[in-house]
Amino acid sequence: MGKAGAMACLWTIARLTLREGMRRRLLLALGGLSLVGVLFTAWGYAELPNLPGARGETRLATDQMRLIASQLLILVMFMFSFVLALAAVFAAAPSVAGELESGEMLAVLARPIPRLSILLGKWLALAIVVVVYAVAATALEFGAALLTTGYHPPHPIEASLYVAGEGLVTLALAMALSTRVPPVTAGIVAMLLFGIAWVGGVVGGIGSAFSDPLVGQLGTVTRILLPTDGLWRGAIFSLEPAQMVLAGAAAGPQIAAFPFYASAPPPFVYVAWSVIWVVGMLAIAVVSFERRDL
Amino acid sequence: MAADSPVLETRALVKRYGRTTALDGLDLRVDRGEVFALLGANGAGKTTAVKVLLGLTRPTSGNGELLGLPFGDPEARRRVGYLPELFRYQGWLTGGEVLRLHAELAGLAPQRWADEIDTVLATADLRARADDRVSTYSKGMQQRLGLAVAMLGRPEVVVLDEPSTALDPLGRHELRGTIRGLRELGTTVILNSHQLTEVEQVCDRVAIIHLGRLLAVGPLTELLSAGGIRLRASGLGPDAEAELAGAGDGELERDGPWFVIPGATEEQIPGLVEMIVRSGGRVYGVELMHPTLEERFQQLLESA
Repeated sequence: MGKAGAMACLWTIARLTLREGMRRRLLLALGGLSLVGVLFTAWGYAELPNLPGARGETRLATDQMRLIASQLLILVMFMFSFVLALAAVFAAAPSVAGELESGEMLAVLARPIPRLSILLGKWLALAIVVVVYAVAATALEFGAALLTTGYHPPHPIEASLYVAGEGLVTLALAMALSTRVPPVTAGIVAMLLFGIAWVGGVVGGIGSAFSDPLVGQLGTVTRILLPTDGLWRGAIFSLEPAQMVLAGAAAGPQIAAFPFYASAPPPFVYVAWSVIWVVGMLAIAVVSFERRDL
Repeated sequence: MAADSPVLETRALVKRYGRTTALDGLDLRVDRGEVFALLGANGAGKTTAVKVLLGLTRPTSGNGELLGLPFGDPEARRRVGYLPELFRYQGWLTGGEVLRLHAELAGLAPQRWADEIDTVLATADLRARADDRVSTYSKGMQQRLGLAVAMLGRPEVVVLDEPSTALDPLGRHELRGTIRGLRELGTTVILNSHQLTEVEQVCDRVAIIHLGRLLAVGPLTELLSAGGIRLRASGLGPDAEAELAGAGDGELERDGPWFVIPGATEEQIPGLVEMIVRSGGRVYGVELMHPTLEERFQQLLESA
């Protein structure tokens, strides 16, 4: 089969996967519940101006309010990035293993299409969902914050892309696992690794704060092995107002222990590594699937 | 591919899963246009053999060709329809959508889709339910949908792995009609089954496999004909009994009023009846004994 044929098959599988997401109401549930989340947090932002000030003022000063809004926004984005990772794992973990277990894929694999097209078609469809979700959810959240408090993060597009990147990394990981282990195992292992990477980053931050290079390197190692936490740090930095970055720098090295603060964006080489990581993980997934006996 | 070259040929196929040997040097040859059955108990290696020839599983050693091409070659798969043993189609698609998906994946020209889909829906008696979701289908209907998917686009070879599993007696009868219809069209059918009754009415040749090895291959009547004769008669003298004993390849046995002559064949029946009547005896009944598949397995294993 030529490249054109393989691409046509890839697109067929991608469309099928997207149709499955719609027919099984996955997209509706994800979109609907996220909208509820945005509305809920918008109500929270709207209440911020009514908070009393620390020095007895009846209302918070605008600057203070926006600073609090920026921190709340980081927390809400953390929730969205977690939901996105969870959704990516839930969608990708059964995508190969589940269909092999149920026998759904056997008749498809007997057709003259490369396994590469099946795997990448599924990944492409789920990647579209991840990116669209990340961009839409963050845009709505930023809009809600702007309308209610007048605050907007300094780098909204970068923040969306970092969150989307985190989802894409998780997606590739769960899909690679799905080519070899049952769906439940693939899902649990992917989520555990996601959690370990995040905790690894937090522990690494604590190591840096207390000048323990060995513990500090733990964060670096986990961020290289699984770039979810590193990309999340990029999202944090993109969401931090300039005064927060300055205040953090003034607070000294101990600030590194705070898990919702980033002193700098990830370097370009790290972003490039994340892209290479996703491509490499997909390559592993393809080879693993190609070699799998059914 | 030449007309007389085999549709399927395997040479010393071996497939091991860890310590389990699923295929143990399997040699097969299936000719164009025949209905060929792989008959064997569960775990005999039938499904593994089919998966190897479709390229779903790689053999540990050995080789072969399907439609003159290496196993798993996309061009061969384009010309093959397959009904897996354990399968499920996407419950959230309609039957018609499943067929459209497979028409697309099989590489059929889009202008042929409507006609081809309509033809197989009619054959599988699913036209009225084509727009319903597969999740609402009964098990038998899903099996018929599987059959429709396998026949889509008039493939040269149709591989059916235990096709009657979920079918009721009427469905099995219709399945036999469908297989005969495929043979009339010149389609080669490779049928996996563990049920003798399923294959005996439709298959041209049968390969009996056991523990991944070919025990025997040929027309079923030939494979199962060595069962002997049962005969119920009275008034037999010692000479007649001796002559009955000499007709078989073992000792004459008694089973109540019946004489059992192991190894005697259908062609010997008229002569034996004539001999008994001539000697003054009376014949009440004669039966040709077919060994059960299990008994034949046993015999073939012992002779191997």
